[in-house]
Amino acid sequence: MRYSGFKVIKEALTGHKGWKPAWRDPEPKAQYDVVVIGGGGHGLATAHYLAKVYGQRNVAVIEKGWIGGGNVGRNTTIIRSNYLLDGNEPFYEFSLKLWEGLEQDLNYNAMVSQRGIINLIHSDAQRDAFTRRGNAMILNGADAELLDAEQVRKEYPYLNFNDARFPIKGGLMQRRGGTVRHDAVAWGYARSADSHGVDIIQNCEVTGFRIEDGKCLGVETSKGFIGAGKVGCAVAGNSGRVMGMADIRLPIESHVLQAFVSEGLKPVLPGVITFGAGHFYVSQSDKGGLVFGGDIDGYNTYAQRGNLPVVEDVCEGGMALMPMIGRARLLRMWGGIMDMSMDGSPIIDRTPVEGLYFNGGWCYGGFKATPASGYCFAHLLARNEPHPTATAYRLDRFRTGRMIDEKGAGNQPNLH
Amino acid sequence: MIIDHPLLGPRDSSEFVYLGDASLIDRPDWQAENAAEAFYDYAYLRDNPAGEHRELWFHESGDRSWLVVTRNTMTHEISKVELARDVARAQGRSK
Repeated sequence: MRYSGFKVIKEALTGHKGWKPAWRDPEPKAQYDVVVIGGGGHGLATAHYLAKVYGQRNVAVIEKGWIGGGNVGRNTTIIRSNYLLDGNEPFYEFSLKLWEGLEQDLNYNAMVSQRGIINLIHSDAQRDAFTRRGNAMILNGADAELLDAEQVRKEYPYLNFNDARFPIKGGLMQRRGGTVRHDAVAWGYARSADSHGVDIIQNCEVTGFRIEDGKCLGVETSKGFIGAGKVGCAVAGNSGRVMGMADIRLPIESHVLQAFVSEGLKPVLPGVITFGAGHFYVSQSDKGGLVFGGDIDGYNTYAQRGNLPVVEDVCEGGMALMPMIGRARLLRMWGGIMDMSMDGSPIIDRTPVEGLYFNGGWCYGGFKATPASGYCFAHLLARNEPHPTATAYRLDRFRTGRMIDEKGAGNQPNLH
Repeated sequence: MIIDHPLLGPRDSSEFVYLGDASLIDRPDWQAENAAEAFYDYAYLRDNPAGEHRELWFHESGDRSWLVVTRNTMTHEISKVELARDVARAQGRSK
């Protein structure tokens, strides 16, 4: 069933009796060509592109809970492609281009809103660094604009421009960046994948891999064994646990990132702002809540909740950037589990086990990558070779010294 | 989280800096045959368990001692706190 304005009017006039479930709820078959573990944004996007672009119709997505119940429903919904390094920027720009065509591709309103993202500049050194980054973005086909303080003031007059310690000197603006309705991304990909014949199997937990002679033959699940020609693992946050079942140790630690929403306010914040002096980013949802976040808590955890010191730290960042935020009350806060990799960049690659493929290590930047991650993982699964924009995301790059470390922080996951 | 420091008693975790898995105490021998492989494993690969985890915390805003904290990564419950130097010595490191 195609969604359209005409359909909405027709249904409104006929009592909304014609709407159907957006995807089926099938029982697993005994054998698939490809099984994708993880019904989050990345797993569902992988299934969509496998079916639609690469013509693989005998595909299943296996999810231990309900689809979209993990990080795709827990993030701060920001999309952007403002990276510096060659291994990253073409990939994220590819992702942003896919976001721009996403709703037509899926026939689903994901509320992609290119409201602009601005990284604030607080010192001369930071201006140099952001100028360089903006140039790297432009060289890779993205858009970037360097604003001075007056230009920033025009759009955000209430920011703390004359702070003694962190005055705002300007900003690096990417106007094509913005926000997306995060749950709709999962639902849109699920609906589209399902309509192309993909089986989405919920409440089905993977309990092990069947590996014989170094080849993966399928997965053991709570609904029995499911055979697969190829298995793709897209379970960021839980990568260590799932890949551990295949005896693969990863260059990843699991950490918790907290996010926050204020009470609903009148429109005050047209785009996305990131504070350059601390770690704080904020946007306003269409419902009016200020959606913001900051650093990860910084210790290994699989608990989807954080602790108070980071709450205080994030709110201090908010107060330093836009003091009026102190008048808003916090409505909700929550945590999600991040695959923090050793260089801050993701992994989309084959594994030492034949037929087993891995997608993970997204740190806390996975949401914006969802379309390209799915596209590139589908490419890898279908063709057994990396997509041209994801050639740097090798699993063995730590052994060979080809790290992609945007911050230059080294092998300390809680610093990325 | 409250870390029960063996010398100072209960301290807030915000006084500490987190390093990672306690196996980082066991720095490989740089002269060994397999040193390159051992250092790759040491520097980059992690067990990352869901459940009990032994990990290194540094009391930066306190007495600057290194601790080995045994903590459950599912619940954040801390079951044991030791001085890292005691752990290292028990493993035959240093004097």
